[in-house]
Amino acid sequence: MDFIQLVISGLANGCVYGLIALGFVLIYKATEAVNFAQGDFMMIGAFVCLGFTNSEFLGLNFWLSIVLAMGVMAVLGYLFDWGILRHMSGQSQTSIVILTIAVGFVLRFVAGSVWSHEPVSLETPFAGEYVRAGGLVLGVNEILIIVVTVLLTLGLYLFFSRTKLGVAMQAASQNQLAAYYMGIPVKRIQSMVWALSGMVAAVAGVLFASKGAIDPSSGLLGIKAFAAAAIGGFGSLPGALVGGLIIGLIEPLSARYAPDGFAGIARIAPYAILIIVLIFRPGGLFSQTQKKKV
Amino acid sequence: MRFVFKTSYDADIKWFKHGAQLFWYILLLAALIALPLIFVWTGNPYLLGEITAVLIFSVSCLGLMLLTGQTGLASLGHAAFMAMGCYANILLLQAGLPWLIAFPLSGLLAGFFGTMIAFPVLRLHGVYLALATLAMSIITGDVIDLTERWTGGVGGMSVPDIDIFGFVINKYANPYAFYYLCLVVVVLCVAAYRNLLRSPSGRSFAAIRDSEVSAQAMGVNLTRTKATSFFLSCTAAGLAGALFGHSATFVTNETFDIVMSITLFLSIVIGGLGFIHGAFLGAIISGLIPVLIANGRTLLSTSMGININIPGLESALFAGIVIAFVLFEPMGLYGRWLKIRTYFELFPFYRKDMFRRQKSYLKTERVQ
Amino acid sequence: MSAPLLDIKNATQRFGGVVAVNDVTMHVNEGEVFALVGPNGAGKSTVFNLLSRFYTPAAGSIQFNGQDLLKLSSDEVPSLGIARTFQNIELFEQATVLQNLLVGRHRHRKTNVLSEIFFTPSARNQEREHRHAVEEVIDFLDLQAYRDKMISGLPYGVRKVVELGRALATQPKLLLLDEPASGLSVEETQDMAFWIEDIQKQMGITVLMVEHDMGLVSAVSNRVMALADGKELATGTPAEVQSHPAVIEAYLGTSGIQKGGKTDKKKKSKGAAA
Repeated sequence: MDFIQLVISGLANGCVYGLIALGFVLIYKATEAVNFAQGDFMMIGAFVCLGFTNSEFLGLNFWLSIVLAMGVMAVLGYLFDWGILRHMSGQSQTSIVILTIAVGFVLRFVAGSVWSHEPVSLETPFAGEYVRAGGLVLGVNEILIIVVTVLLTLGLYLFFSRTKLGVAMQAASQNQLAAYYMGIPVKRIQSMVWALSGMVAAVAGVLFASKGAIDPSSGLLGIKAFAAAAIGGFGSLPGALVGGLIIGLIEPLSARYAPDGFAGIARIAPYAILIIVLIFRPGGLFSQTQKKKV
Repeated sequence: MRFVFKTSYDADIKWFKHGAQLFWYILLLAALIALPLIFVWTGNPYLLGEITAVLIFSVSCLGLMLLTGQTGLASLGHAAFMAMGCYANILLLQAGLPWLIAFPLSGLLAGFFGTMIAFPVLRLHGVYLALATLAMSIITGDVIDLTERWTGGVGGMSVPDIDIFGFVINKYANPYAFYYLCLVVVVLCVAAYRNLLRSPSGRSFAAIRDSEVSAQAMGVNLTRTKATSFFLSCTAAGLAGALFGHSATFVTNETFDIVMSITLFLSIVIGGLGFIHGAFLGAIISGLIPVLIANGRTLLSTSMGININIPGLESALFAGIVIAFVLFEPMGLYGRWLKIRTYFELFPFYRKDMFRRQKSYLKTERVQ
Repeated sequence: MSAPLLDIKNATQRFGGVVAVNDVTMHVNEGEVFALVGPNGAGKSTVFNLLSRFYTPAAGSIQFNGQDLLKLSSDEVPSLGIARTFQNIELFEQATVLQNLLVGRHRHRKTNVLSEIFFTPSARNQEREHRHAVEEVIDFLDLQAYRDKMISGLPYGVRKVVELGRALATQPKLLLLDEPASGLSVEETQDMAFWIEDIQKQMGITVLMVEHDMGLVSAVSNRVMALADGKELATGTPAEVQSHPAVIEAYLGTSGIQKGGKTDKKKKSKGAAA
C-alpha cells in the first residue's frame, strides 16, 4: 500500500515535470531554441492563475482563471518570440541559451515583486480533499494532475495529427526551408509554437501549484524538466513525458528506500539518472541520431 | 591608423603586435603591481580584498572563456569544478603536501575528474553538455553533503593557510601577499591562454566552435579536442576554486552553488565571448554590480531617506544587462570597445555594418 | 599502368529508401583532374561525403594510395593527404583568413598541448614552418589583402578562394573540390580555372571535383564521369561525355518529356530527397 501511494504521488510529480519538459521539447523541435526559462514560464503561469483566482487578488472562478492564465501565457509566449527571438535568428544556439537563462532571472524577479517572494498557495476548489479507495488515501489534486496530463497529451496528439495548424507546425519543424517554400508562414508558426508552449506551461504551473505552495524560485523545477527531456531524448514529445515520469518516480522511491544517512540521495537521483543516461545512451531513451548535412 | 610592416613570421607569432601594445600592457601590469600601495597608504585593505576576489573570479572566467568563447561549448556548471579544486586543495594540504605541489595538483584533479564525467557527453551536441554540467553544478552541494566525512558537509571546513617555503600567507593576516599571489596566477594563466591561441590547439578549438564538419575535414579529432579544451577549462576553474577557498578561509556545501555557475557563464557573455579581455571585463562587472547596488542603496537611504530592499534585484539587474548585450551587442563589452576603437582609427570612414555578421536563417545542425 | 591513386569499387549509399549512390565504380589516377558532373541530386556530393568518411557506404570498397579508406574515421582521412572544400562553404567564420589557413596545417602538427602552453622552442619552430607554408598559399592565391580579415566580413567569391587555400595548406595528394565555381562571376571562374591548372601542373596535386559549369569542366579536366540518380552514365574525356546520348538525355530529360509528367515527377522527388 505504502508503495502504491508513493508511486501515485510520484506519478503526479512526474506529470508536472513531464509537462514542463513537453513545453520545452515543443520549442526545441520547432525552432531549435533551448528555452532554459521554461520552468519560470511554468511559475509565471501559476502566479497568473493565482492572481486571477485567489481572493486577495481578483477572486475569479478557478476554472475560468485557468483558461485566462493559459491565454495570458500564450500571448506572453507569442510576444517573447515575436519581440525578441525573431530578431536573433542566425545567432548561435548558445546565445539563445544565455538569453533564456537571463529571462528566467528577470521573470523570477518580476513574480517576486508583483506577487510575493514567500510561498503562496493557490486556492483551488478541491484543496485538501481526499479519496479513499481500498486502503489508499489519494489527494484529489494528484488524481486530477494525472487525468489532466493524459487529456492534454491526447489533445496535443490530436492537434498535431489532425489540425491544419498542427501539421504546419510539424512541417516547419522538420524542414524550415521546405515549409517556407510550401507557403507556410514559418516565422508566425514558430511564434505560435511558443504560444502553445506557454499554454502547456500554464497548465503545468496550475497543476504544480495545486499540490502545494508556489514561490518565484519554483521555476528552478524546470531544471528537473530538462533532465526529463534529455532522458527522453531531446526531440521526442512522448520521450519528454516518459522522462518526467521516470524522474517523478525516482525521487520518492529513492528517498524511501535509501539506506540510513543517505536521504540526500533523493535530491541527487534525478540528475544522477540524467548523467547515467547521457553516458550509456547519449541520445536519450527515444533517441533520434541527427547529423548535419554538408 | 597604424600600419605594422611584418618582416618575419615571428611578427605574427609574437604576443604583442607592436611596441605601443607592449607598452600599454607593461603599464597595466605596473599599475596592478603598484596598486596595493594605495591601500597601504590609506591603511584600509578592504577594497583590495574585493579586487583580489575579482582576480580569482577572472581565473575561472578565463577557463570558461576557453571552453565557451574559444571552443563554443557552454558549461553551466563551472562552480562544480571550482568546488572540486577547492576541496582537493584542502584535502591535499591536510595530507601534508606543500602548497606549491597541492595547488597545481588540485587544478589538475579538477580537470581530470571534470573531464572524466563530461567525456561521454562531449560526443553529443553542445546542449547536452550545458545540461550535464548544469546537473553537476546542482548536485555539487548535495554530493559535498553526502561525503561529509571528507568535506565537512554542511558544517563546513576551514581552509589551511598557504605556506611557501615557510612564508605563510593568510588573507587576513597578509592581504597584500595574497593579492600578489593571485596576480601571479592570473598572469600565468593569461600567458598559457595566449600561447594556446598562437598554436595549433587554440586554432583547432576555434575550428570546432565555427564548423565541426570542416574541422573534421581538416583532421581535427572532435572528441579529443573538445576533451582537451574541457580539461584545460576545468583545470583553470579548479585553480580558481583553490584560491577562492583560501580567500574565503571557510567553505561549506553552499559555497559553490548554481548561482555562482550561472554568474560565471553570464559574466563572460557580458565581457565578450572569445576575447581574453572579455573574461576580465566580465569578472570586473560581476564583482562590481553588488558593490554598486550596495552603495546606491546606502546613498538613497542616507540622502533621500528611501529604503530600497528588493530581494533578487542584483541578479535581475545582472540578467537585464545580459539580455541587453545579447540583443544589442553580442560581442560583449570588449566588442563594443573594439568598435569604438575602429571608429576612431578609421575616422571618418567607419561604416556601421563593419562588424555585422552574416545572418543565416537557421543555423541548423540537423539533417534536413 | 600503375595502380590508381583513388579507387572506388561498387560503392552504394542509401538514405532510407533513396539510393543516393548506386553501385558506383570509378578510379582517379595520380596527377589528373577528374570531374564528376550530373544533375542535382545525382549523388556527386554524396561521393565526396563518402570519401570524407561522413557516411559509411552500405556496400563497396574505397582504396586510397593502396590504403583502405573505410577503416579510417573522418578526422583521420586528411592525414593520408586528402583535403576538401564544401559546396556551401564551411569556413571558420569568427577567425581570420590566416587562422583559417593555419587550421589546414593541423595534420602536420607535431607538438602536444603541453609544449604549446609553454610555447617551447620546438612549438615556436613548428609555428614558423606552418606560417611559411601558409604564406606560400596566400601568395599563390593572391590573398594578401585579406590576410588578417575576419571571414564573416568577406564577400562570397573571396570565401571560396580561402576555402581552396585552406585545403591547399594541408599539402594534399588529392584535392576534392565541391562545386568550386558555383556562385562565382565569370572572371572569378576564370581565375579558378587557372588555379586548378596550376595546382595540377605545378604542385602535382590530383584533383577530383564536382562541378556544374561545363565550361570549367572541359577547360581543366582530363576525365569526366557523369552521374544521374546515383548511377554512372558515362566516363571519358569531357568531349566524349558531353556527346554521350545517356548524358544528353539525363540533362535534357527527353524521355521525361515524351512520356509526360510522370517520370519527371519521380525524378524531382528523388532529387529533393537526396
